[in-house]
Amino acid sequence: MSEKRANLAAVSTFADHEVIVPPNKLKKAVEKVKPGAKIDFDPVARAEAALAELADDFSIWMEQECVRLDAARNAIKASGITPGNRDVLFRAAHDIKGQAATFGFPMVAPVADSLCRLIEHTPDAPRLPLPLVDQHVDAIRAITHRNTRGDSNANAARLAEKLRQVTDEFLVHENRDRPDTLESILSPSLAPTT
Amino acid sequence: MVRIDFNRLRFLVIDDNAHMRRILRTLLHGFGTREVYEAEDGAAGLEAFTHYSPDIVITDWAMPIFDGMELTQMIRQPGANNNPYVPIIMLTGHSEKKRVIAARDAGVTEFLAKPISAKGLYQRVLNVVANPRPFIRTRSYFGPDRRRNTNPNYAGPERRKGGKAEVIKQQPLLEKARTLA
Repeated sequence: MSEKRANLAAVSTFADHEVIVPPNKLKKAVEKVKPGAKIDFDPVARAEAALAELADDFSIWMEQECVRLDAARNAIKASGITPGNRDVLFRAAHDIKGQAATFGFPMVAPVADSLCRLIEHTPDAPRLPLPLVDQHVDAIRAITHRNTRGDSNANAARLAEKLRQVTDEFLVHENRDRPDTLESILSPSLAPTT
Repeated sequence: MVRIDFNRLRFLVIDDNAHMRRILRTLLHGFGTREVYEAEDGAAGLEAFTHYSPDIVITDWAMPIFDGMELTQMIRQPGANNNPYVPIIMLTGHSEKKRVIAARDAGVTEFLAKPISAKGLYQRVLNVVANPRPFIRTRSYFGPDRRRNTNPNYAGPERRKGGKAEVIKQQPLLEKARTLA
């Protein structure tokens, strides 16, 4: 009976809402540590060490992501833009945006971010400027390869900045009658920078 | 002070990118978790959620078939599955304010913007395990309490009529999305 009760959520009902306290099934995983107790296991350090063991593969993975992006770009150029191939291009760029820094290619991420913005905020798919898409994809590939060879980041930063500037000018013009979209385009990113 | 025994937690990782699934699995195993289940899209994720009953779901946003937001909305359907209260950590490359708000309003428990870090992921898991928030059900929302703080200077009307939930004080989701940990 008591076990049955422990599995039930406690519900408090008010005029227009309910407050529900679900059974805390994860309590089993919480261990209290006494102040000053010696902790011999640092889970974050161990996870970082485990991740570092994958690092030898990161260049290969990054190249695979670039090939995927290139194929998505080529599919659009070959058969024209459709909602389907636009989505494939977006997801390829979006994955690079999110993973480049983890893979050791942080300078690639801002260019991929700019490409994502271009795809996402161009209001009409046929208006997506393919030359600008090309420039982004080529820049991502070039920075990836130069990053591998240890070249300086200064050129990559300038290229990313220029592409972002041109993209934003295009998007602001295309969305000049869409104040909500404009606000979204111009608001700062929340992506961690440290 | 508390620590988490990850060995007692089961995770479901849903991401269409195999590299990201590998990274997440590596980090979670590094934390000490043994059971990590994987799915590569929202539909497979929902099936795996029903089948494995994980303790915590970590999902990407942009995925084929149906995305992480739709998956969250499906899980947060009282009566539709065994555990509509499961903590959901949205791990995504989306990093705009409107996205964080939309994720919160869909019932996401924690938001983690890529690039991923071991520390950031650990902090999110620690929070959902050690500081669970009550759930709120209204006509238009079912999910973790979106109020993470009380503002003594708030001068507007109390939108929850008839009583207040205890507010489990936490850093606002928007602020958390801006930092790695």
